[in-house]
Amino acid sequence: MQQFVNLTLGGVITGAVYAAFALALVLIWRSTRIVNFAQGAMAAITTFIALSLIESGQSYWVGLVVALLAGLVIGAVVERLVIRPVEGGPELNAVIVTLGLFIAIQALISVLFGVNQRAFVAPFSTIGFRVGDNSLALSPNTLFTLGAVLLVMVGLTALFRFTRVGLAMRASAFGQEVARLLGVRVGRMLTLGWALAAVVGSLAGMLIAAEVTFVTPTYMDALIVFGFVAAVLGGLDSPVGAVVGGLLLGLLLSYVRGYVGDELVGLAALVVLVVVLLVRPGGLFSTTQTRRA
Amino acid sequence: MADTGAHGSTASGAGAVGTSGAATGGTATAPAVLEVEGLSAAYGPVRALQDVTLRAEHGRITAVLGANGAGKTTLLRTISGLVRPTAGRVLLGGEDVTRAPVEAMVTKGMAHVPEGRGVIAELTVDENLRVGALFRGKVPSEEFDRVYSFFPRIAERRTQTAHTLSGGERQMLVIGRALLARPKVLLLDEPSLGLAPRIVAQIFAMVRHLVDTEGLSVLLVEQNARSALSVADTGVVLNLGRVVVTDDAARLAGDEDLRHAYLGF
Repeated sequence: MQQFVNLTLGGVITGAVYAAFALALVLIWRSTRIVNFAQGAMAAITTFIALSLIESGQSYWVGLVVALLAGLVIGAVVERLVIRPVEGGPELNAVIVTLGLFIAIQALISVLFGVNQRAFVAPFSTIGFRVGDNSLALSPNTLFTLGAVLLVMVGLTALFRFTRVGLAMRASAFGQEVARLLGVRVGRMLTLGWALAAVVGSLAGMLIAAEVTFVTPTYMDALIVFGFVAAVLGGLDSPVGAVVGGLLLGLLLSYVRGYVGDELVGLAALVVLVVVLLVRPGGLFSTTQTRRA
Repeated sequence: MADTGAHGSTASGAGAVGTSGAATGGTATAPAVLEVEGLSAAYGPVRALQDVTLRAEHGRITAVLGANGAGKTTLLRTISGLVRPTAGRVLLGGEDVTRAPVEAMVTKGMAHVPEGRGVIAELTVDENLRVGALFRGKVPSEEFDRVYSFFPRIAERRTQTAHTLSGGERQMLVIGRALLARPKVLLLDEPSLGLAPRIVAQIFAMVRHLVDTEGLSVLLVEQNARSALSVADTGVVLNLGRVVVTDDAARLAGDEDLRHAYLGF
């Protein structure tokens, strides 16, 4: 029983991080129909910037804020300089460009920060709460992780639901030409979408770094795989789907790790991906079936 | 308003069929809200519009007619900047807007309802309307209520996603959305497309009503020439990217040779 509880808690927590990362992928997919394979590397470089600040004596919170701001800037710059020129061309071009960007940024991290493993200290205690004699897989730091992801989801939902900018972003995502005819500055909205996505990605990077306790230039590689599977599971078009997909995948992989074996986690994710693509290629929360021109 | 009898610029009748170009300047008519002068556009080597000159007058419906492929949709897309012209000018209320960005057109007073309705299916009816008013900043809710009062059918469904709407309701939604922009001129691209005749009649009657009561000015593009001419004031016939004739709508409808040659009824 204790194992089940801890596996579930662990699953929810890693699931929340997958969800945040999937959310970043969905934000970009919705507005530009591009799967951003560079998302992990973009997040990693912001984590390294934060880590350098923290190592030089700044607090974690300064590092976090700088990481998120760096994400905002990197996201906007990438959209303007790298993505904009290939937009409107064959879809594969943009995909290849993001793959190239992924490799380039990862190399840049190695050049700037070295390739060695570096310790990443969590902002809160990582020692699990105790219930009687049992230690739970729930610590002050995991509560912070959950809280941060929850806050982002609520914030994004509120942004899209209740604000004028959110409405303009959704209009741009779903009907570019119509939005332009209605006076929406679609170009700006796309830049903003990439910037927001990169902020959410940066947050996921910071949170996962605290969970895994050490970072290398490639530490986000696993997360982009799981984040992508979570996004496909939920439906690449749906922010709600990204969150649900992330949590489901987190739970499933946690049970596989606990009851079957650590070595099968990657395979289980692959099985999920294949099954979803076979049975419901649009994902659980897909709206594409109901779409009409 | 102007004397409808005297503003046909190219004489109609069998002899005039085939006359290309229609100089509209000079004749006394209602003031123009939109003037298109010598507009040409091309898709690569394919010339889609050649030296098109026409005007949409204040408080009137100007219908652009012609067969499939005549260049009607391209004309509207070039006017609103979605397609860049190779030659010619577009004047909106006297201002040259030929090179203005698409996003700026609506702020200058041009609302373009594209072919295929232009509803954003993922948004609710209400959100679709609100997108149309975004550029104006804060818009009083009475204006939304007024649009809904013109189209009670979409008012009932304001919280539903637009993909649940029928074709006719979608057309009402996009016309209502365009009204919220308070345009000087409304460009309507093929509103009858795919709609039942009864619904087409309703939509056209509504457009006529808005023109007569709200002072709206409309540039209407239609393949369904018979319906369009029944509500329009002026007709412009386009063939292979050129203006063939510009005349009073009633006279065009009565010109049998022209109808047979270009309008298919």
